[in-house]
Amino acid sequence: MSMLKIFDTAGTGMTAQSLRLNLVASNMANVDNVSSSIEQTYRARHPVFSALFNQFNPDDPAVGVGVKGVIESQTALKMEYAPNHPLADTDGYIYRSNVDLAEEMANMISASRSYQSNVEVVNSAKQLLSATLRLGE
Amino acid sequence: MNIDEAFGIHEQALKLKARRAEVLAGNIANADTPGYKARDFDFHQMLRQQMPRMDRMQVTQTGHIQAEAGIVPAGQMAYRVPLQPSLDGNSVDTQLEHSAFASNALEYQASLRFLSGNIRKLLTAIKGQ
Repeated sequence: MSMLKIFDTAGTGMTAQSLRLNLVASNMANVDNVSSSIEQTYRARHPVFSALFNQFNPDDPAVGVGVKGVIESQTALKMEYAPNHPLADTDGYIYRSNVDLAEEMANMISASRSYQSNVEVVNSAKQLLSATLRLGE
Repeated sequence: MNIDEAFGIHEQALKLKARRAEVLAGNIANADTPGYKARDFDFHQMLRQQMPRMDRMQVTQTGHIQAEAGIVPAGQMAYRVPLQPSLDGNSVDTQLEHSAFASNALEYQASLRFLSGNIRKLLTAIKGQ
């Protein structure tokens, strides 16, 4: 029954978008993170999406979306001279995370809109499927 | 009248519309995937191809499998031409996909109506009342 595959497709979409929302929340929560070395500082995290294809028919249209991985932003960290800060290193510098609030807000809106799109698809498919089940009544 | 052919074009149409809904759902799920190209197929052309029974694949040996209606070969799946191409190579236009999905859903329901009518007609003939 091919209609049932739509639930899987939209399901992968919702999973991917909710992971994106989770990462946005994590980034926003850590926006003011401060540390005393470059390695320990929080870097903004972003998901990498890739289309999923049927492994037997790779030329067919996508059957969903997958998350290939999560990458850390390589944008330069903000160095700040604050010798009185308890976390300052020996040279008196602290490092702030490279989370861009404006970017995260835009990401959040885009992710929630895309999530809603997938929910709409599930709702329509559900209606169609239940109408099909009632066929001939 | 052959009872297999009682449903006429609507059986094929329903399967093709279900397939199209699947393809469009794939597009909507990949609205944010970099490099993803939106796919779709020409419903009317596919229906015309699958309709004439003579052209369908014939089952002449026991080992043959009947070609199923509603399966669209990958070669018939076209790529959408984006109105506003985006920088990451993604060609999904969410609004367009949504309206296509909605109209496809309506057409699916129309096919269901036609099928229901046919079934009711058959039942009337069987019961004779």
